[in-house]
Amino acid sequence: MLRRTLIATAAAAMALTGTAFADGHAKTKVGFVYVGPVGDGGWTYEHDQGRLAVEEAFGDKVETIFQENVPEGADAERVITQMALSGANIIFTTSFGYMDPTNAVAGKFPDVKFEHATGYKREHPNVSTYSARFYEGRAVQGHIAGKMTKTNKIGYIASFPIPEVIRGINAAYIHAKKVNPDVEFNIVWAYTWFDPAKEADAATALIEQGADVILQHTDSTAPQAAAQKAGNVITFGQASDMGEYAPMPRVSSIIDNWAPYYIDRVKAVMDGTWESKDTWDGIAPGMVEIGEISDAVPADVKAEALALKASISDGSYHVFTGPLKKQDGSDWLADGETADDGTLAGMNFYVEGLTGDIPQ
Amino acid sequence: MVRLEKRPQPSKKWIYLTPIVAVVATMIAGGIMFAILGKDPFEAIRTIFWDPLFNEQFAAYSRPQLLVKAAPLILIAIGLSLGFRAGIWNIGAEGQYIMGAIFGAAVGLAFYPTESWIIFPLMVIAGAIGGLLWAMIPGVLRVYFRTNEILVSLLLVYVAEFILASMSLGLLRNPEGAGFPGSRNFKSYASAHNAELIAGTGMHWGVVAAFIAVIFAYVLLAKHMLGFQIRLTGEAPRAARFGGVNPARLILFCLGTSGALAGLAGLFEVSGPSGQISIDFNVGYGFTAIIVAFLGRLHPVGILLAGLLMALTYIGGELASLMLGIPAAAIQAFQGMLLFFLLAVDVLTNYRVSFGKAEVA
Repeated sequence: MLRRTLIATAAAAMALTGTAFADGHAKTKVGFVYVGPVGDGGWTYEHDQGRLAVEEAFGDKVETIFQENVPEGADAERVITQMALSGANIIFTTSFGYMDPTNAVAGKFPDVKFEHATGYKREHPNVSTYSARFYEGRAVQGHIAGKMTKTNKIGYIASFPIPEVIRGINAAYIHAKKVNPDVEFNIVWAYTWFDPAKEADAATALIEQGADVILQHTDSTAPQAAAQKAGNVITFGQASDMGEYAPMPRVSSIIDNWAPYYIDRVKAVMDGTWESKDTWDGIAPGMVEIGEISDAVPADVKAEALALKASISDGSYHVFTGPLKKQDGSDWLADGETADDGTLAGMNFYVEGLTGDIPQ
Repeated sequence: MVRLEKRPQPSKKWIYLTPIVAVVATMIAGGIMFAILGKDPFEAIRTIFWDPLFNEQFAAYSRPQLLVKAAPLILIAIGLSLGFRAGIWNIGAEGQYIMGAIFGAAVGLAFYPTESWIIFPLMVIAGAIGGLLWAMIPGVLRVYFRTNEILVSLLLVYVAEFILASMSLGLLRNPEGAGFPGSRNFKSYASAHNAELIAGTGMHWGVVAAFIAVIFAYVLLAKHMLGFQIRLTGEAPRAARFGGVNPARLILFCLGTSGALAGLAGLFEVSGPSGQISIDFNVGYGFTAIIVAFLGRLHPVGILLAGLLMALTYIGGELASLMLGIPAAAIQAFQGMLLFFLLAVDVLTNYRVSFGKAEVA
């Protein structure tokens, strides 16, 4: 138990210097662990924007630190531990693969708050989880994609077969199919969150197979560039607006806006009101935003898409509303029934109509 | 004019001097880079080389972490160095590392939730077998079909990565993980957990195995007939053939040993520091170990030191990026500089720099 003691001693020493922030003398130190580089233009970029927003909001009262390109394995635990040792009061770990390391470190630093993005484990009272309902944005994307495709083939660059990604595929497919019964999805699993070369290859392969719409659940802008090169292919910004590719190929985007959440949680630490909780916010509170729909989209399609967004936002429509069947033809949701969060959180099946298997 | 003259014998003095010269050169060049990035170069270099060992805030944690980070590198590099000395190029240790982890983890998970002392030893054996079998593929193909082991072993890394993804999504997935990929975590399964032997020291079985491998390789190369054959084959292949060395046996031995050691490294990592089979389990130890092997001049003690140095730059680099906000890419460039200077200065071991006109021989 020596290690525990050592770390506990260090943590206690830190607490002495660190807790002074309550009376305004010391800064609150906020740490961020990123899976990609801050310049990825997508997922990590938006988390870093959130970090900058925290600095903006609290000025001298906060100090932020971050570590980029942290692999999701044994290294993550060391990085998080070092961050806690450096005196961080709250640490945001922003990728699914940091789940076990985050909980392991949280057990050793009871006075530090931990916030893990997209996971489900809260093993200690100082761990919170948070994620965004990206699938709400995917529904709007699917609608535009279904309307816009001429070849009826939509390419989808998926990252890892985890529920978050599968939810996105299902949501996009359901809403594309609704407006275009002939639509087909061609899904490529890239097994990476960020690898511009791989993503570009996947986009090019999908385009060569006839896709004229590319959806991506990976973080780089490489698929946008590939689509631009091919011409007459539309794409959507992922995680970030990717507005430099508008109006074509990028016709819209899903933007993750973490800033309000980060500011809120850092404030809670400052006020001493921080509590462990699970947050899963969507379009309504603004955690998921739909980027400007460009002029490449006909006005009527744009209006429909915005109406769909509004109905999701005001709660009158749920993205997963029955009747829906699973891929194998078995019943999932009855007419008018909506999916519960538990099923969505662990979603590991395709809806009826999608071809191919989820990799196992 | 500056010319390089080949030394009749590698210079003993430079063998020991090159690492020091290289580190100093890296500090200077890296310091200039950090200064251009607007960071205090002295602080940056102190953070990378000094803080992981002696900073009072971090050292108690990061010193043991050096062993944790270095152990798989050393274990794999020792295996690779045997083959490299004999001109047998196993480039696919990363794949053998993955397969060792999968085999070992599968055995451990098969026993879940039984608690017994026998489980961990069985996992260790399975891990070694997993790596061994994966390395035997290029070995057997080379012996019987004369394929190139560089290509076969390298390409099998990608096959192993797909098997790893499949395992974390299918067979070895945690049934209580709500559909998320990744196996159960060995940290919560005592019999299969490769825990620290003495808490707070970083010493787990993988570190012990790395030290044993260093001693074993040293004795093998210095004292054993097989070690002599390995060295002879590398230095004088023709002489080795006339001297009765069986090339097929040597190939299988070298690939098999390096595969088994890489497999062991994978098993110790998955059951210890990493804790679980996941899609992103491998982070390139198998490739970095190639660099470590050459940095250590294919000598067991050299590899031990090289592994520790690499680990230091990793952990120090992390600290520098955390404390000083140096971009991750700059840290990687810094590590690259170290390797570059080591190899560049290494020229002086085998060559003498002479100034002036060429002498007539």
